[in-house]
Amino acid sequence: MTGQALYAVLGCGLFCLGFHALVVAAHPLRRLLAVNVMGSSVFLVLVAGAAPGDPLPQALVITGIVVAVAATALGLNLLLRLAVPAAADEPADGEGGS
Amino acid sequence: MSDSVLLPLLVLWPLAGGLAALLAPRIVGLVLVAGTLGNLALGLFLAVTLPGGDPLAHDVGGWGAPLGIALRADGLSAILVLVTAFAAPWLALHASAAYAEPERRYFAGLFLLFLAALNGLFLAGDLFNLYVTLELLGLSAVALAALGGGPAALAASLRYLLATLTGSLAYLLGVALLYRAAGTLDLAQLAGQGTVLPGGAVAFALMVAGLLLKAAVFPLHFWLPPAHANATPPVSAALSGLAVKAPLYLVLRLWLSLYDGAWPLVAELLAALGAAGVLWCSLQAVLQARAKLLVAYSTVAQLGYLLVALALVPAAGLTAYGAFVVLLVSHVLAKAGLFLAVGNLARRARHDRIDGFERVVHHMPLSAGAIALAGVSLMGLPPSGGFSGKWLLLQAGIASGRWWLVAVVLLGGLLAAVYIFKLIEHTFGGSDRPEATALPRRMEWAALALAGSAVGLGFLGQPLLGLLGGVP
Repeated sequence: MTGQALYAVLGCGLFCLGFHALVVAAHPLRRLLAVNVMGSSVFLVLVAGAAPGDPLPQALVITGIVVAVAATALGLNLLLRLAVPAAADEPADGEGGS
Repeated sequence: MSDSVLLPLLVLWPLAGGLAALLAPRIVGLVLVAGTLGNLALGLFLAVTLPGGDPLAHDVGGWGAPLGIALRADGLSAILVLVTAFAAPWLALHASAAYAEPERRYFAGLFLLFLAALNGLFLAGDLFNLYVTLELLGLSAVALAALGGGPAALAASLRYLLATLTGSLAYLLGVALLYRAAGTLDLAQLAGQGTVLPGGAVAFALMVAGLLLKAAVFPLHFWLPPAHANATPPVSAALSGLAVKAPLYLVLRLWLSLYDGAWPLVAELLAALGAAGVLWCSLQAVLQARAKLLVAYSTVAQLGYLLVALALVPAAGLTAYGAFVVLLVSHVLAKAGLFLAVGNLARRARHDRIDGFERVVHHMPLSAGAIALAGVSLMGLPPSGGFSGKWLLLQAGIASGRWWLVAVVLLGGLLAAVYIFKLIEHTFGGSDRPEATALPRRMEWAALALAGSAVGLGFLGQPLLGLLGGVP
């Protein structure tokens, strides 16, 4: 098995692990982390699929990481508001929702 | 205006509006009006320039496939852009009265970003840009759903976020496998290639499963009723009317263009899921005690019809394709109107328990009328858009030898009649409470305009099918 194929198989395995954690875990923070693991595994498959010298997968993965960071930030914000309802009463100007 | 201006502008205009609304809170009303009406003008322009000519295409910045951002528009994209653009100003009108600051500012910003994501998705010409627009759509929709701010809305939004991210990642894994096999992401270059590529079937299963989860198709609808029922009314209307249609549109695109509608098993499976969803979720809607949950379950049931129509396209061709589009457009209008009207009732009553609604038909005749008109379309009575869509769907079903479809459509229509009359009964019955505060009239007019256009669509079937063109 070549290195690239190994990474692709590894990525698919990680995806399944992440999905398993998402289904099994009860705490929302664990589930958010599970989604992050799934995201990273997809990026691994994307990079492993690159032909030598092909820049496109790297561009895709960078875009994907930006999306994943934004999604995680939104999820953590929702989690915080659920965990500390008092904090939602006095949000700083320009924060929250956006 | 040439294609090279029109297509990027359809994404950039609402995007710039969304950023302006979040950055400049003083002019938020103006931004919302300019953003949605400008978007409507662009949508109309796209619809009038399209027919007769070839599909429009533009590579942003001169960068073509595989590196650049390709924008394409055919009849289907144009119709979806247009119906979104038509519904948006009414939702904005309702929202301008429904929210106080700072929610109004957050709504304006997020809603315009939501429109930009939808337009981008309908126009995107490659698989990765579709992923990015799907994520933008999902994130803005989740933030909108959390706008109500109560613990139930927050918990439902978090669930919605996890579901939508999982769906997107499954889709992206499928895209990664396709790229590994084909070395391109361009929809036009991949056309018809799906079935012959190694791993094409696995990629298809991953992409479609992810998209069906995002579209909340039965039995993957668990996240939708709480998220849509606990959101504020303009948001519920936008999510139920528009957000769940985008992934279904994408399923249609991928299956028909990349895979040529391949594998008879796929069609059977999609049709079975759709029919089960129609029956099960209509029944759930009948059993709900809360009005907004009833409307949310009705959404999942109506998505079932769309899935059945989609499944019949390879067998029945243009009839099923037309049924898909007419059902989709009429559901966008009817469901947005219904959610706004039920929101008005719930706002007056300060709760949304159906048996606790007072007799409002004297005080809110427009909202009561909106519920009745939206109901006509959801039940599929003539002359509404819902009737035209179901008529085409029946024709497609009979043409492809699926007689069971007649029973599903009839039963689904009957169950829809039961849950709609459950709503109507309480707006005409119950005790009167004339001292309750009156709502601004524009909240009622917005609901009535949307619900009325769902019925009016029944007269516009031919122009709509003309704009649609042939099956891709």
